[in-house]
Amino acid sequence: MVSTYRLALAGSFCLFLLSFCSAPYAIAQESPYFVAYDHYLEEPGNLEIEYFSTFGTQRGGNDFHGSWVEFEYGASAWWTTEIYLDGQTTFSDSTVFTGFRWENRFRPLKREHFINPIFYVEYENKNGADKILKEGEGHDVESDFLVSNAEARKEHIHEIELKLILSSTFKGWNFTQNTLAAKNLTNSPWEFGYALGASRPLALKASAKRCTFCPQNFVAGAEMYGGLGDRHSFGLHDTAHYLAPVLGWNLPSGWGLRISPGFGLNDNSHQFLMRWGVSREISGFGSMVSRLFAGRK
Amino acid sequence: MKATAATLAVCALFLAVSVVLAQNKPADGEAPKYDPVVYAELQKAPKKVQERKNPLENDPDAIAAGAVLFEQHCAECHGKSAEGSRKAPSLRAPEVQNATPGTLFWLLTNGVVRKNMPVWSKLPEPQRWQLVRYIKSLDVSVSAAGSPAPKP
Repeated sequence: MVSTYRLALAGSFCLFLLSFCSAPYAIAQESPYFVAYDHYLEEPGNLEIEYFSTFGTQRGGNDFHGSWVEFEYGASAWWTTEIYLDGQTTFSDSTVFTGFRWENRFRPLKREHFINPIFYVEYENKNGADKILKEGEGHDVESDFLVSNAEARKEHIHEIELKLILSSTFKGWNFTQNTLAAKNLTNSPWEFGYALGASRPLALKASAKRCTFCPQNFVAGAEMYGGLGDRHSFGLHDTAHYLAPVLGWNLPSGWGLRISPGFGLNDNSHQFLMRWGVSREISGFGSMVSRLFAGRK
Repeated sequence: MKATAATLAVCALFLAVSVVLAQNKPADGEAPKYDPVVYAELQKAPKKVQERKNPLENDPDAIAAGAVLFEQHCAECHGKSAEGSRKAPSLRAPEVQNATPGTLFWLLTNGVVRKNMPVWSKLPEPQRWQLVRYIKSLDVSVSAAGSPAPKP
């Protein structure tokens, strides 16, 4: 399994290099969130390749470093589809590939409204060692992570995750609220969770010059997320919750950087999470693939 | 091995979907043909928004800032000089140049989602107005091949 993860990472690294060397880039106007989603989808035909990292502290066990690579493609202006490859390293234990996810986001409304809904459907094929903490759901708590990787990997999880994303942009601020319902396709009850986010660019007007450090290239905010129990015991008891300031930097070179220190809000939560990510958007990826297979006319 | 096979299968599916969708679109860079129908969306702007004035009308930096934004976000589809491409129409066409600033702002904000023009409300309002200033400053005489000559 380690070799699979390494293979996936090596492949992703090659794609990164390819995009860096040859592909035309697009300036991403990314939101700074790691967990919450807003209502903006990927531009049609663009592919965004992202690497994200989560360092987490663990009481009573070893700290860990979860990471995932994300391939986000704008299939149309109303549909974005993504593939994730997940893995983690638990210090003094091992490094493991933990599975993949296939995520789809759909925009049902043609026009912009004060509140904009997005439907989110995701299939997850992962094992119990997954530690990327991409969402808070059910009764997932810190002590679940005490199990060794060798033991945790034995649990196979096939999960469908649905989200309703309600997002609004007002006076430069984005406010978003995500409601999550997840179902392990084996024999588990529906689990629930939430994510809230607010963010704003540091400047609303663009500079007349192309610049790297202009305030409009930075987006700052905060997100809060956690579990809401399951169908049998809905509520806040035995659930973990986090609050995390977020900062995104969209560089004119086409690269995007994000960073977010997260803090557990109760005894069930990891005390500290440190997340960071790097992304690059390749413009016209769909057309490039099309030309590759169709040939030039 | 099962996980590897499943991962590869999903990646292949992802690529296949991309290819199919991409092949539905003509290649970029070819000269666009003038088709007035593509500008029909401009007519759908509500009267109230059509009358909105650009708050940056007298901002001396707005056009330059709009040009930077255009290069970053719009040139990919509309062409470097806004002359249009097979992906998106010319913004130098009379339909666009004769539209009010409020109409262009409305179109930027809402996009034309069913025709693959994304929603650009992710850009803050002042940046959208800067873009409108830039688009309105374009020279109609350099319009895309096949488009009618601008009105005198």
